[in-house]
Amino acid sequence: MAQIVIKNLKKQFGDFTAVRESSFTIEDGEFFMLLGPSGCGKTTTLRMIAGLELPTSGEIYLDGEEISQRPPSERDIAFVFQMFALYPHMNVYKNISYPLVSQGMPRAAVREKVNEVAKILGIEDILKRPVGGLSGGDRQRVALGRAIVREPKAFMMDEPLGALDAEFREHMAEELRALHDRMGATTVYVTHDQLEAMQMGDKIVVMNNAVVEQFGTPQEIYDKPATMFVADFIGSPSMNFLPFHGKVGDGATNVAMQNADFAIPRTREPFEGDLAFGVRPEHIKISDAAPFRAEILATEYLGTTQIVTLQTAAGSVKARISAQKPARAGDTVGLEFNPATVTLFDRQSGRALRSELNEGVLHG
Amino acid sequence: MSSFSITEPSNRTKWFAGTLVIAYALITMMPLVWIGLTGFKSPADAISYPPKYIIGSDSEAGFQPTLEGYVNLFTTRTRQTEEFLANNPPKNWADEIVRQYDMVIVGPSKFGERFLNSVIIGFGSTFLSVFLGTLAAYAFSRFKIPLADDLLFFILSTRMMPPIAVAIPIFLMYRNLGLSDTHLGMILLYTAVNISLAVWLLKGFIDEIPREYEEAALIDGYTRFQAFYKVVLPQAATGIASTAIFCLIFAWNEYAFAVLLTTANAQTAPPFIPTIIGIGGLDWPAIAAGVTIFVLPVMIFTILLRKHLLRGITFGAVRK
Repeated sequence: MAQIVIKNLKKQFGDFTAVRESSFTIEDGEFFMLLGPSGCGKTTTLRMIAGLELPTSGEIYLDGEEISQRPPSERDIAFVFQMFALYPHMNVYKNISYPLVSQGMPRAAVREKVNEVAKILGIEDILKRPVGGLSGGDRQRVALGRAIVREPKAFMMDEPLGALDAEFREHMAEELRALHDRMGATTVYVTHDQLEAMQMGDKIVVMNNAVVEQFGTPQEIYDKPATMFVADFIGSPSMNFLPFHGKVGDGATNVAMQNADFAIPRTREPFEGDLAFGVRPEHIKISDAAPFRAEILATEYLGTTQIVTLQTAAGSVKARISAQKPARAGDTVGLEFNPATVTLFDRQSGRALRSELNEGVLHG
Repeated sequence: MSSFSITEPSNRTKWFAGTLVIAYALITMMPLVWIGLTGFKSPADAISYPPKYIIGSDSEAGFQPTLEGYVNLFTTRTRQTEEFLANNPPKNWADEIVRQYDMVIVGPSKFGERFLNSVIIGFGSTFLSVFLGTLAAYAFSRFKIPLADDLLFFILSTRMMPPIAVAIPIFLMYRNLGLSDTHLGMILLYTAVNISLAVWLLKGFIDEIPREYEEAALIDGYTRFQAFYKVVLPQAATGIASTAIFCLIFAWNEYAFAVLLTTANAQTAPPFIPTIIGIGGLDWPAIAAGVTIFVLPVMIFTILLRKHLLRGITFGAVRK
């Protein structure tokens, strides 16, 4: 059980910067997601917390203790690898008991502990089997067993579901979350799958190009993106951006785009220049009366909803509307945007303009 | 199976491949079988023409097996007067064999000693090469070493000329250092030749072992060294075994340096076996017996580790 504080953490491999001064706090017992595209530095961050990589600069506090330069064996942090990394020359029992053996725990106590963990994970019947012939799910359980058996202060998981079949992944994700809720241990989880992050995480850090873009709850990240990258990365289809050149004043409640006026959440800063009007597909309504016109290019039927691609004067957008609504390619319709959900972005920096909506959202 | 298949060879292909393998095996095994048989022939049978090759048969091509070659290999003998032979009955079965030539056994030959030297030097240098090679390969594979590529090339470059090309400098060096005709000297020499092979082979094997295994061990509370010998070494067993075979075969068979640098104390079997020729005429059965015994250890070693060897040869050839 532990709180982890990351302060100005930085990692360079030669000339390449893998992680640029990142700071965030992982509260005790949190299921914390490190989300981002591959090569964004999320795994490096995780490995620095575990001690498999030493930071170039910055600090890592585990329960108030600075641990960034300590060897992994002195950190009391468990790590679940993407490819499981079970010791191939040992059977399941030996794999799970290995961390306890290193502590010099007496044999009887080891057996008791391993059996207890095996019971939690439902793998009592495969304890004597070699790890070579196990299914992906069972390997994953053994890897988890090896991590939880020593009751570490925190768990690090590096895309632990990445090697599993899509079908099984969902099931395992639920199992993982249930296991976490039961043990209440701080967990840091790396993934590039935004759905997985939203589904399992208490908090999410979104990283891109070695930088923390945003850090917050899944709802905050989804509804109040701090940058265009976050808005684009999270959600499927992702947020629509309508580029335009314009200006907004401090406290404005609407913005002029393509000679039309759109209501927006009250702004908290003035801005003039290249802007992007960001709105999620589900916050676009098709109504014949609306003055902002668009032509339907294509529709994708998804069962309960459909994704409609439209061409507007400001660019193309995707709207998620009920499958019952009629929408035919070639038709010209009017569009309405839910004003409370709109985010304006500075296109130069990708940063979201401060407004009533995203007040208090943590920037990276 | 009658239908066409990409992965399953047709019966004709299988038959052809099988014949080819068997034919090749017969051709390569022929000299070995011949030497094995010659070891059990009498000197007359060994050089008779047409050759004799059926054990225990009375036919034209048959011969009666005898241990004469082996007795001659392991003993020194001397011719005696008829009087002496009559007064001293044969002491044992070996003595009895040599009596037919009016000889008696007066002591053991040097072969046992030379063979033991081969074992000490061959296995000693193999152990040292593999031991040093594993450590070096692990370091090259896992750590950031300044100029690692240049160092690896340098290590490889020691094999870019035949070792015998440096025989004379080594001969002089060894004489000055007092390493000539010593076990240590020969072990060091063969290790120096083998180490580049060992480092390169083992680096390939260790590169293929995912780092995650060690990292898991580090996380589980082990030190780097414990992770190395508890997790990496068992994984590298195949590579170590096949590297050991290659090293042993070289050190075991090496002839030129052994002739040049050893005379008595540390002489190995390869330079000793030909000297048998000089003792009492061309004693082919004794030479054949010496060769047979000499081949056995490597053969047994290779058979014991053959599974590793087979995997070792193709290991790393295919990228997964």
